[in-house]
Amino acid sequence: MSTLQIALVGNPNSGKTALFNRLTGAHQKVANYAGVTIERKEGHYTAPSGRRVRVLDLPGTYSLDAASPDEAITRDVCLGRHPGEPVPDLIVCVVDATNLRLHLRFVLELKALGRPLILALNMIDAAERRGIAVDVEALSRELGIAVVPTVAVRRHGAQALIDRVDAQALPAPQAHPVADLHAEVRRILAAAVSSARDSAATDQAIDRIVLHPVIGLVILAALMFVIFQAVFAWATPLMDGIEAGFGALGEALGALLPDGVLRSLLVDGIVAGVGGVLVFLPQILILFVFILVLEESGYLPRAAFLLDRLMLRVGLTGRSFIPLLSSFACAIPGIMATRSIADPRDRLTTILIAPLMTCSARLPVYTLLIAAFIPQRAVAGVFNLQGIVLFALYVAGIVSAMAVAWVIKRLRRDRSEHALMMELPSYRWPHARDIAIGLWERAMIFLKRVGGIILALTVLLWFLSSFPAPPDGAAGPAIQYSLAGRIGRLLEVVFAPLGFNWQICIALVPGLAAREVAVASLATVYALSGNEDGLSAIVATQWSLATALSLLAWYVFAPMCLSTLATVRRETNSWRQVWIMAGYLFALAYLASLLTYQIARWLT
Amino acid sequence: MRLSELQKNVPATVAGVVDAVADDAIARRLRELGFVAGEPVRIVALAPFGGDPLLVQIGSTRFALRRSEAARVTVADADGAGA
Repeated sequence: MSTLQIALVGNPNSGKTALFNRLTGAHQKVANYAGVTIERKEGHYTAPSGRRVRVLDLPGTYSLDAASPDEAITRDVCLGRHPGEPVPDLIVCVVDATNLRLHLRFVLELKALGRPLILALNMIDAAERRGIAVDVEALSRELGIAVVPTVAVRRHGAQALIDRVDAQALPAPQAHPVADLHAEVRRILAAAVSSARDSAATDQAIDRIVLHPVIGLVILAALMFVIFQAVFAWATPLMDGIEAGFGALGEALGALLPDGVLRSLLVDGIVAGVGGVLVFLPQILILFVFILVLEESGYLPRAAFLLDRLMLRVGLTGRSFIPLLSSFACAIPGIMATRSIADPRDRLTTILIAPLMTCSARLPVYTLLIAAFIPQRAVAGVFNLQGIVLFALYVAGIVSAMAVAWVIKRLRRDRSEHALMMELPSYRWPHARDIAIGLWERAMIFLKRVGGIILALTVLLWFLSSFPAPPDGAAGPAIQYSLAGRIGRLLEVVFAPLGFNWQICIALVPGLAAREVAVASLATVYALSGNEDGLSAIVATQWSLATALSLLAWYVFAPMCLSTLATVRRETNSWRQVWIMAGYLFALAYLASLLTYQIARWLT
Repeated sequence: MRLSELQKNVPATVAGVVDAVADDAIARRLRELGFVAGEPVRIVALAPFGGDPLLVQIGSTRFALRRSEAARVTVADADGAGA
């Protein structure tokens, strides 16, 4: 028996991906806002009859008349125009049972295609709680297609759908044209759905506070501030524990192994380098707890609503908010998330400024320097001074991004209208299980980076820093004679006006591939230079304050992340944008560091 | 009356969507989002910094619309009088 091809199609935020995960056992990202899924995703399951089913999860769309790049994917698959993707044997249209008035219109549009179609009436539990009664049989009769209720977030919540898909007969609906889709929706709703009371009362009550012009902004600002405080204050004990663990491991290995190349590689290269990065896992996870809860709750589109006017003024859109917030984790998913921005100008501007949002890979650099130079003391009783400095660095990134967006807006000739038209979803309690899965996946991504590229670069750097060996009778540490030492000295010529010493210059190079490696590299370079202290202590005693501030300024812009540049190339399909981005970021970073260093030196 | 001129929390009914330019993609999308004659509509919130965008509730669905977008939607009083 051949594999059955089914495609999950429907309005944004109707729960297609949750259903996909339920069917296939996958862990694709789900959240509570329109436009989470921006690519087609495929998975498989075996039906009770033994038949293999290939499931395609598609980006949500309001209509087959696509308005943005992600919607175009769905249109092309449904119409059989997508290259390399066969026409699905069955379209499963997923609708949110609490939002049928909007979602049924698209069902009718799909029905007009005349292909086999069934309706998954999702979130039926939420509809019941809100007092919306759906007569499934009447709905099926009026629509002329099979309707199965589903609760994608509940175990066995898709069983009825699996059984229906497995049933042999999947007839195509009668595709008689409907003149007025909205009139038809109203007719069907009247026949099949009754709503006891105002079903959106809870959302309205919350929105009255959260979207209040003054209180709403205060809540948003307080929320952002608490996140940064938490990242610093809560993570400290865990980080101290990890640091102590790696210190002990290094010492134990050092005592076990004979003096030589192997000991140097393990202790100075791998333990110092990998440990230097791994210590930031708690901070990254705490940041993600907040991001995941915000995503699941439905708050993010509200924040976009509150900030739209400000963002419009600098040449962005409220829709840029979610991609930019994702960029605080990493610019790569952030840049990909811009696909849900319909306007190509808004999308390009958002892509160009996404790297200015402080990604989590920069956190290690910030933390190291802040811990070394900023005293840990309470401000006004409750705030942590280090947390405030960290917050200020994030703000510096945001302000620069706004400035760059503003300049791009001034340079642009096309001044026609930009569209917003954004749906605000119902609030939802975040599921602890989804948050846990999200955190686990984030931790795995980080650990794979540490075990993969970061480990590889650390070993490479150790090699470059250890060979060639110094000539006989050489004075000074061996690293000065090595390849890395020479490269560092060469780069120092360029970066000396910024206050960077040759050790920093070495660290900047592997930082191209992964920014966290800059810290690992510093740890390795100083360990090989014969320093026994922890990196934080070395930095505190050997660097001037001006150098530290200058490096912080450099990392606000941190132009160099090869994977981000590769993503920009793929998303914009243009090398020109890549060069523009790399060029302007490098220029800004150099300028900011130069000013910071010279001014700080003059002041201190 | 245009939706952009409607007072907050005053119930109204959509009369139609008017194209602002030829082949207006924004107007087309508004119709797809359910802004069609006869639908009950209400402005439930105004954004800070000058009351733009508007939060518009149509049925039980909420959309953030900029004033220029809402200006394409014509509305009548909830009882149907005074278009």
